Amino acid sequence: MTTALAGTDIAQRVAQAVPDAVEESDDKDLWVKPESIHDVCGFLKDDADLRFDFLTAVSAIDYIDHFAMVYHLVSIAHNHSMVLKARIWDRENPTAPSVVDVWEGANFQEREVYDLMGVRFEGHHNLKRLLLWEGFPGHPHRKDYLEEPR
Amino acid sequence: MAIRTEPITINIGPQHPSTHGVFRMRITFDGEVILDVEPIFGYLHRGSEKLAEERTYAQVVTLTDRLDYVSSMSNNLSYVLAAEKLSGIEPPERAMYLRVIAAELQRVSSHLVATGFFLNDLGALATPLMYCFREREKILDLFEMLCGARITLSYMRVGGIFQDAPPEFWTALRDFLGYMPGYIDEYERLITGNEILLTRTKNVGILTGEQAINCSVTGPVLRASGVSWDIRKADPYEIYDRVDFDVPVGTVGDNYDRYLMRIAEMRQSLRIIEQCAKQIPEGPVKTDAPWLIRPPVGDAFGHVEAPKGELGFYLVSDGSISPYRCKIRSPSLINLTALKDMLIGWKLADMIVTFGSVDINMGEVDR
Repeated sequence: MTTALAGTDIAQRVAQAVPDAVEESDDKDLWVKPESIHDVCGFLKDDADLRFDFLTAVSAIDYIDHFAMVYHLVSIAHNHSMVLKARIWDRENPTAPSVVDVWEGANFQEREVYDLMGVRFEGHHNLKRLLLWEGFPGHPHRKDYLEEPR
Repeated sequence: MAIRTEPITINIGPQHPSTHGVFRMRITFDGEVILDVEPIFGYLHRGSEKLAEERTYAQVVTLTDRLDYVSSMSNNLSYVLAAEKLSGIEPPERAMYLRVIAAELQRVSSHLVATGFFLNDLGALATPLMYCFREREKILDLFEMLCGARITLSYMRVGGIFQDAPPEFWTALRDFLGYMPGYIDEYERLITGNEILLTRTKNVGILTGEQAINCSVTGPVLRASGVSWDIRKADPYEIYDRVDFDVPVGTVGDNYDRYLMRIAEMRQSLRIIEQCAKQIPEGPVKTDAPWLIRPPVGDAFGHVEAPKGELGFYLVSDGSISPYRCKIRSPSLINLTALKDMLIGWKLADMIVTFGSVDINMGEVDR
């Protein structure tokens, strides 16, 4: 059975390695500041006890006043998992650091989030739309997106 | 004297018999050797995730059928697991067994399609494909007995399944379990030792285990690279902890290993179905959970080992009757991240075979 690690347990380790990164944590999730995502992910992958070597999914949720980035991480070596989250408050120009150089598996997933939710990933080597075509107006997964503007 | 060549970029797809749907690649060649690959997606994008936000939790099941349309049962299962986790509904035991039987039958049928098309890509046009489709047809007949549909099944519900299996299903299933191993032996006799297959697939398109993990690759492609990672074993859901089965693992990570994984997994699936058919208890097949459920505010991630890899649904609830966000972690799309690693340095003809060995489904890639 994959052990789901509690956010609070990981928070202490992350706080030591990456100061000022942790925002809050509970028994499920670990919330970090968006600008520190890359450093935190690098630590989570390299730390010998945690070793999150596998990025399962990158998702984004539009909460109208902010975006939430959600990273589902798994360690194949230790068979445990965790959920890393971050809130992005800038709606006009939401940005987050890319984790492609940590896990190559983030490549298409970040492009998808950029395409459908409009979050830009700094440091992504090829941040183009994934499913829609260049020049498509708007980002359809946002809550204020209307199929036909009224 | 060496001949000076210039790189040339060729477009393959979206309408091409080897791209399994509407997949497009822009490939740069030096002579016949691949220098760079750029996959282009989106020709089958229907916005399933957005559509789910406007439907009730029960209605979303019909959308999942249309993701990977050759493995609807696994899609149903992944979604209902996520929805049950979110709402805290426990399905009855008989329903869990029937779901596992259905999902494993689906794995066999999906692997048959994968094997058939893989050989099609190798140039064995249509004949092996028709052999594989002959048995897939029997599985579709079984599905028809379970739920009346053959492809878009919508068999599972949040809190159980649509209806109990009719008595004829069990006789037909027993017959199927009787003759199917013989058919798999037949494929192996025809294909596994074939010289053309061996020369064109052995040591071609190698993906190492390290690369595979880094690219988030799952399913038979990951296991062919020597990583023993199967959600059914690593994080057992439903009743997988009560059945005995092996996880086949490859050694080289080439096209041949990926083909062998699928053949071996079919045999394991039959083992699982046989045990489930013996163990299945009597009882109800659905809970009395209401049709319209309002899960508490929160989120849940449900995942299964689908035939093509780890299929996950990430559901977010705001307490209303439809999901606030429904993210689909599709194995077909994410497995293609490693396509570049597998193709660069190989030739055009190897590209077709390697792509076929990954086994993707465009309905799931583009969603």
